[in-house]
Amino acid sequence: MTTGGWVIMVCSVGFVTLFLAWTLYKVFSTPGAETHLHSQADLDPHDQDS
Amino acid sequence: MAPSPERSKEAWGSRIGVILAVTGSAVGLGNFLRFPGKAAQYEGGAFMIPYFVALLLLGIPIAWAEWALGRYGGAKGHSSIPGIFRAIWPSRAAPYLGALGMLIPVAIYMYYVYIEAWCLGYAVEFLRGTFRPEPGQAMDIARYGGFFGAFAGLGDDGAVFSMSGGFFHSAVFYLLVCFVLNFVLIYRGLTKGIEWFCKWAMPALLACAVVVLVRVLTLGTPDATRPEQSVVNGLGFMWNPSTKSAGFWASLSNSQMWLEAAGQIFFSLSVGFGIVMCYASYCKRDDDIALSSLTACAGNEFCEVALGGLITIPAAFVFLGAAGAMDAAKAGTFSLGFVTLPCVFAQMPFGQVVGALFFFLLFLAAITSSLSMLQPAIALLEEGLGLGRRAAVSLLGLITALGALFVVYFSKGAKAMDTLDFWVGTFCIYLLATIQVLLFGWVLGTERGYAELSRGAEIRIPRFMMAVIKYVSPLYLLTIFGVWLYQIGSRDENYFNELLADSEGGRVARLSIVWIAVLLVFFILIIAQAVRRWRREEARAKEASP
Repeated sequence: MTTGGWVIMVCSVGFVTLFLAWTLYKVFSTPGAETHLHSQADLDPHDQDS
Repeated sequence: MAPSPERSKEAWGSRIGVILAVTGSAVGLGNFLRFPGKAAQYEGGAFMIPYFVALLLLGIPIAWAEWALGRYGGAKGHSSIPGIFRAIWPSRAAPYLGALGMLIPVAIYMYYVYIEAWCLGYAVEFLRGTFRPEPGQAMDIARYGGFFGAFAGLGDDGAVFSMSGGFFHSAVFYLLVCFVLNFVLIYRGLTKGIEWFCKWAMPALLACAVVVLVRVLTLGTPDATRPEQSVVNGLGFMWNPSTKSAGFWASLSNSQMWLEAAGQIFFSLSVGFGIVMCYASYCKRDDDIALSSLTACAGNEFCEVALGGLITIPAAFVFLGAAGAMDAAKAGTFSLGFVTLPCVFAQMPFGQVVGALFFFLLFLAAITSSLSMLQPAIALLEEGLGLGRRAAVSLLGLITALGALFVVYFSKGAKAMDTLDFWVGTFCIYLLATIQVLLFGWVLGTERGYAELSRGAEIRIPRFMMAVIKYVSPLYLLTIFGVWLYQIGSRDENYFNELLADSEGGRVARLSIVWIAVLLVFFILIIAQAVRRWRREEARAKEASP
């Protein structure tokens, strides 16, 4: 593995890890995050007979 | 007063749940199979430059636009894509453009659920020891290719129904299990079904990925007679910015690589499927959508680059060498996933468990995605025909079962699946994504769009992103779309010649296009009915108002 390979790998993996860490920090530091942050999984479609 | 430890623990648990749910919805098969294959094929390290450019200029902006359009339409009382489009653009054509948002997830579901069945089947077969190498025999990749061909019925149309290995070891059995599991979870309702499933599926997926990653990174040099086939060299094969075939700058000038990198971001983040827009319509007016969508993007990117990028290709390199790993990357996602990797796992210590975990991981990634594919159509059936959820789910179950049977029967060379993937999973997605981004930037307008995105937002979105969505993203998309069309039309043996040929493959491809057209007409008829209902309701509301 070349030095360039190490640089690209560390930068790429580092970037996505920091990106995720920053969003996790924002979620944890947000008051009431569990009630107003959403994904497809926890949205209620208000279906008529569910 | 300080919060009690119980309350803090409960809140922390809920937030972890939010993060896992948000991330789980974004992770799919493309993270662990498609991305590593593409990155290795296009010189590894160099591929990451166009990949991250596309993430910043295409992936994140369009994801934000989809969430904003969805919540805007939801506030006007619509959850189906045609209804949302009509709320944003009061034109007769607008709801009919939304037919793409119905067709794409439903048609993709019809073949995605079959791939999901392969993943589950491979996990079980690994545990049963089916892939264990014969003692004293050299590694024989053809054996794994043969198993995959027979399992998926690639040899002949209808071959999968012969079930030569017995019903309980056939792809038909696993398809039945996946189909029933999907519909039971959807039938229970979204919050009772998908959320419950994601709560344990996502931690299980991450745990499986970490176990497989640790196993791959600690492989060292398994064959002392081939010291060059080490895990460090495998990482180099994946990440080195220049190879023998081309230097870093020469690789960067490859337009095909820029197209593929953009396409990878596009499909990986599920941008342009219409699913996100439908779900966003159920958000409350002051719910956050900016941080939620960014967290989903971040979780998806982490699974793709930090997990998928370190597992698949380095493992293939260690056991197959540079030539074998490159062949695997170029042979496509299915060959890499269902021929090369089983062969690789079978050779490694504890490979039976690692292989089972890896395919179970793929199954979990696939099912968390497939569960969400049917909601846009359910929303339209409810809005258009006034059906209840259970009736809508039952009708959709019948339609998707017919479609899945079509894909499974015409399995020779996976022709029906390829055709659906080409026209719906590629062509229609580009079209719908372009329509969405134009609706956000040019119809809703960046001022209203920014206000919608910022309402309840837990992060401040930079203003310049509106200019990116309005000008850069559509231009980027249209360029990719144009170059892609030019490329498929200008190859020596181009796709369209093959489609019109009087061959068995050509006939199946034409039949698949007819099936797509029938589906599209079905959705257009339901949209027409929905438009009549919306007009009647609007007229009644007008009469009722003083």
